[in-house]
Amino acid sequence: MQNLANLLIAKYALLQTIPAEFVYVGIQILFGLVLLLLFVAPFAGITSWVERRIAARMMDRIGPNRVGPVGFLQWLADGLKSILKEDLIPAKADGPLFRMAPYLVFTGMFSAFVSIPFSSALIIADLNVGIFYILAVTSLVVVGILMCGWASNNKYSLLGGMRSAAQIVSYEIPSGLGILTVVLLAGSLSMQEIIKAQGAAPWNWFLFNNPFSMIAFFILFISSLAEGNRTPFDIPEAESEIVSGYNTEYSGMRFLFFFFAEWANLYLIAAIAVTLFMGGWQIPQVLRHWALGINPWLPPLFELITFVAKSLAVVFVIIWIRWTLPRVRVDQLMALCWKYLTPIGFVCVLGTAVWMVLLPQGSLFTRYFLLSLALVTLLYFFWRVYYQLRYSNVALDFRPLL
Amino acid sequence: MTELKTQEMTLNMGPQHPSTHGVIRFIVKTDGEVMDVAIPDVGYLHRSIEKISEGVTYNGFMPWTDRVDYLAAMNCNVAYAMAVEKLAGIQPTKRAEYLRVIAQELNRIISHLLAIGSLAMDVGAYTPFLHTLREREAINDLMESLCGQRLTYNYARIGGVIYDLPDGFVEKTLPVLDRVERSLNEFDRLVTGNKIFLKRLGGIGVISREEAINYNLVGPNLRGSGVNWDLRRDEPYSVYPELEFEVPVGTGEAGLLGDCFDRYMVRVKEILQSCRLVRQCFEKMPAGDFMVKVPKKVRPPKGEIYVRLESTRGDMGVYLVSDGSDKPYRVRFRTSSFTAMSIIDKVSHGMMIADLIALIASLDVVAPEIDR
Repeated sequence: MQNLANLLIAKYALLQTIPAEFVYVGIQILFGLVLLLLFVAPFAGITSWVERRIAARMMDRIGPNRVGPVGFLQWLADGLKSILKEDLIPAKADGPLFRMAPYLVFTGMFSAFVSIPFSSALIIADLNVGIFYILAVTSLVVVGILMCGWASNNKYSLLGGMRSAAQIVSYEIPSGLGILTVVLLAGSLSMQEIIKAQGAAPWNWFLFNNPFSMIAFFILFISSLAEGNRTPFDIPEAESEIVSGYNTEYSGMRFLFFFFAEWANLYLIAAIAVTLFMGGWQIPQVLRHWALGINPWLPPLFELITFVAKSLAVVFVIIWIRWTLPRVRVDQLMALCWKYLTPIGFVCVLGTAVWMVLLPQGSLFTRYFLLSLALVTLLYFFWRVYYQLRYSNVALDFRPLL
Repeated sequence: MTELKTQEMTLNMGPQHPSTHGVIRFIVKTDGEVMDVAIPDVGYLHRSIEKISEGVTYNGFMPWTDRVDYLAAMNCNVAYAMAVEKLAGIQPTKRAEYLRVIAQELNRIISHLLAIGSLAMDVGAYTPFLHTLREREAINDLMESLCGQRLTYNYARIGGVIYDLPDGFVEKTLPVLDRVERSLNEFDRLVTGNKIFLKRLGGIGVISREEAINYNLVGPNLRGSGVNWDLRRDEPYSVYPELEFEVPVGTGEAGLLGDCFDRYMVRVKEILQSCRLVRQCFEKMPAGDFMVKVPKKVRPPKGEIYVRLESTRGDMGVYLVSDGSDKPYRVRFRTSSFTAMSIIDKVSHGMMIADLIALIASLDVVAPEIDR
């Protein structure tokens, strides 16, 4: 952001008359607003449409297709409808808390966008404790959900709120351990520094750095799903068990706030995974040099496109998982967290530390090996899907445990 | 050290709850997530169908039978028709018997498809549910061409069935059966082998053989507990003795015998057997009349009778008392969901709330069948 401001100051004489700090802050606030209004808000809305369309495809139906071309404006229509609905507050609910809760959830989720690095120039605040900050502010969501679970004065909501508190607080530990692995590798908490420590080529990503970091990626991914209340960990709002849980009593605009936050969170999960493990906005040096020759604004644009494309790929995977898997039970969820993810997370941190001591430069062979392993797995997966779609007419074989 | 005391919470699950499959209420006493007991409270859907029968003629009661169990309307039709026929000494034609079996087995397929789909939905997997609904729609098209309805089928009549097969029914049905088998395969890959699904159902809601028999469970719920009992084979009626089929029973492959997974698996396997039965019926069905001549007003002689058949949810009985007039003196249906409800109280101790949902879904209770 500072580079961007310097560029602007050099270009416009008017800005040179104001102290540079004011320009920096002004641009930060301006960019924050632009980001929220022009990127995060529409993104959350559009994701709702995308998710419904993808879900519909998986279920062999059509999905929203009436408002706008292929139903693209459905999210606007739904948003408008929700805003216009009556603001219902249950008679015996705790009014002030009930009203405040959605905003806490919303704020917690959206404040995290402050340190999401969209490109080397586009980040509202490149905090030197960036990832730590994100972990801290997203914890506000627990308070919000627990608050609305309590304030609704509904037993189902209370159960949902309690489940959410237990779940999110627990899963912060494995996700913290996953993040710690990357922090070790990058030697910094700053989001930009973490990205700069990686490269554009996949074998330079932290994901393929060593076997431990690869496992750490999956730990982080699974814990993020749990922290974001996404299936298979959507137990706080399990609609078939506790009737939507913490948001049972919410309607209209307030209900929308929760889902707005959930969809924005979808992007947040993806952006964090991409930043920490998948090279963030890194583009090949050749491309950067070529683009710089044309226009200084081009490289950040390419970086932005790279970052968003990678994040969207992860978002797709999250949606796909949601519409495929059943929901785990609350005790199974806790068992997964404390018996498996947390110990494995510790092993990852220790393993990475040992790896870094033994191989300070890293091992190129390991990187290539892990990358090819991932590619082979992906290829096998796609081949299986293709095969099943084309030739699936085998005799029924009900032996689930084999 | 003093013992920590926790406060018990009473949670009303239902009458309107997404997973009670109709209007049923459970009074659930819980300590947090763990239930102490779940007491079923039935009666929210009572429509006094049995009382209505006393005011209409024998034939006039036929459309009411569909409503007893709206997911197995064909079976209810046939059960009632069989009772009246047996009491009045009417023998339907062979072709009518085959047509009835075709209708009943198709009905069994769609009922089980909905049962396994909604079970998957209740444990959180929404996609498989819609996949089963898709196949259900295909068979519903067939049912519509057969009898004109898509839910409350009304096909059997006293003395046979109302229509013969429509043109091209066999040609249309065979590919649908193939498709059901194929998509069941897909469903199986999506759901059955899923680790979470196995963990959610395996070893949960275990009903032992003795309990299942003592609590009078029937049909897939009984067979899920490992009891090899099927009225179609063990107390043959209609043309079932002429047909070949297997009776799947629970094997406890995902945990313990008689758990939710066994009941689920029995239903999945029964769908395949039903497909097999329908195919055989098409091959063996003789030509001829689909209805015998029956007086306009059936007047069975004075007396009473109890007839039962294997409905999709198990043993369905009809108790009929005639006073010699053209209206039944008393009709009573013995339905399987009612007894299935009674065991929930026993099994639910110490379960988690999420397990109760899986238990209800695996027992496949249908609210109107409980209350009638």
